[in-house]
Amino acid sequence: MNQPDLRITIGDLVFRNPVLTASGTFGYAKEFEPYVNLHHLGGVVVKGISLEPRRGNPPPRIVETAGGMLNAIGLENVGVDRFISEKMEYLREIGTRVIVNILGDSLEEYQTLAQRLSEVEGISALEVNISCPNVKKGGVAFGTDPTMAEAVTRAVWAHSSLPVIVKLSPNVTDITEIARGVEAGGAQAVSLINTLLGMAIDVRSRRPRLANVVGGLSGPAIKPIALRMVWQVAQAVKIPVIGIGGITTTEDALEFLLAGATAIEVGTANFVNPRASQEIVEGIGRYMSENRINRISEVIGGLVLS
Amino acid sequence: MNQFEEQAKIVRQEQLTPEIYRLTLKAPDIASNARPGQFVMAQTTTSYDPLLRRPLSIHQTIGNEQVQLMYKIVGKGTRMLSALTPGKTIQLTGPLGHGFDLAGKDAICLVGGGMGIAPLYFLAREILRTNKPPKCTVLLGARTAAELGPLPRDFMDIGVTEIFLATDDGTLGHHGFVAELLPKHLAPENKWTVCTCGPHPMMKAVVSQCRKQGDECQVSLETMMACGISACLGCAVPRSDLSGPYLHVCKDGPVFKADEVAWL
Repeated sequence: MNQPDLRITIGDLVFRNPVLTASGTFGYAKEFEPYVNLHHLGGVVVKGISLEPRRGNPPPRIVETAGGMLNAIGLENVGVDRFISEKMEYLREIGTRVIVNILGDSLEEYQTLAQRLSEVEGISALEVNISCPNVKKGGVAFGTDPTMAEAVTRAVWAHSSLPVIVKLSPNVTDITEIARGVEAGGAQAVSLINTLLGMAIDVRSRRPRLANVVGGLSGPAIKPIALRMVWQVAQAVKIPVIGIGGITTTEDALEFLLAGATAIEVGTANFVNPRASQEIVEGIGRYMSENRINRISEVIGGLVLS
Repeated sequence: MNQFEEQAKIVRQEQLTPEIYRLTLKAPDIASNARPGQFVMAQTTTSYDPLLRRPLSIHQTIGNEQVQLMYKIVGKGTRMLSALTPGKTIQLTGPLGHGFDLAGKDAICLVGGGMGIAPLYFLAREILRTNKPPKCTVLLGARTAAELGPLPRDFMDIGVTEIFLATDDGTLGHHGFVAELLPKHLAPENKWTVCTCGPHPMMKAVVSQCRKQGDECQVSLETMMACGISACLGCAVPRSDLSGPYLHVCKDGPVFKADEVAWL
């Protein structure tokens, strides 16, 4: 039998396979060079970039919880100028698609970022983090209001020549409403889910375990929620869905593909096992060979309900 | 980058005290590249609870094949680690971070408290091997004599002659804190480099004493950490001036010059 065909398409972009790495869990890719053949991955989504460098939150920034972890890193990053001058040279040479995650506190910031990054060679797409608060709108997150989500998507899309993926927050009542808003705004794809807002308390000191008090929950603990949301969104929109949330093994990744995800992002698992992303690529290939599946499209959305 | 992911086979698991264990693993890539002060991320279980690997300093390397870790049971992860028996394997990532800087130092004093003593043994061996003549004073502290266990003897066995002890309860050596030994044992005619690792209050006291004496001080810091390879950015520590970008223990440390970081 021939090698199974793992290629997937998002908009006009063809990816070698459906396995990407989630923003904020893979640095700027170089950190994983000793562990992963980066060109074996479908793509990498680099650490979220803002217009100005961000210092991030004071420590403690992370705490381990049952089957997962809470983080309140606070979007620490080098800013777009240093990202372009210091990180892109390496990223252009890694032999896989590079998706840049962007974040801002106003529509103007998103627009400027989209414009700046569109001029840079070697970037395949933008992933827009809409979980940050809109400073001008009184701190309401762009990602929790369908109209605002649509507006930020449109702003990025209108100012960029790159395909736009919008990363959705799960901290909403109905994630499909946000997904529809983003689709109407011109997104080529949605990725979900970002972390779930959580909290942990030290009972001896009675203090929160994170300096920021609350943080984002990630890891295997959130996988069933993520899978449910991906399944719902895949039915609600026509654009491709990228599944994220606790994916640690090949079987986890396959579940998301069956639920309707065109691609997946490996996140917290990169911390636990630096080779996780590559092992999942290899595992999907093996699964397809063993089950005589020629093309990954035969898996995507293949959930059997009756 | 000389960093490796290895499936490490457990060679020995020794219980030194009721809570302290010494684990010897076969991990040739890590063993042949490790420097004193560096650490590994060690898998404690294949289940998801606890999820994260544990950052553990390298206690010593044995030849070019084996890595030895010393750890104390402080929670679920270290308890699971202590239950692993020879022949079993765990995943190890390392060697990680920057170790101690010995270049051009002639009189070196190691100050360890509790489990912070673990990496100093590797450092002492390196000093005795490379510094001619070796000038290495070792000050060790713990809550009790039992907690120090076989460690003082281990240092003496490799040829450390200047070794002084302190215990909080007075069961061995000086009755009090190890930092209190510094003024007495660091002869002012030498230009000392102090290398310290231990609980935060202890290191803070050591740093303060070094400042008073005008001695250089290198500190090995410990923080919560998810990945150990500079991806999670969880291990942030503030700089001494409390401004600018945070330092990260996994990449900028774990060994810092004492004056680089804030002592809050």
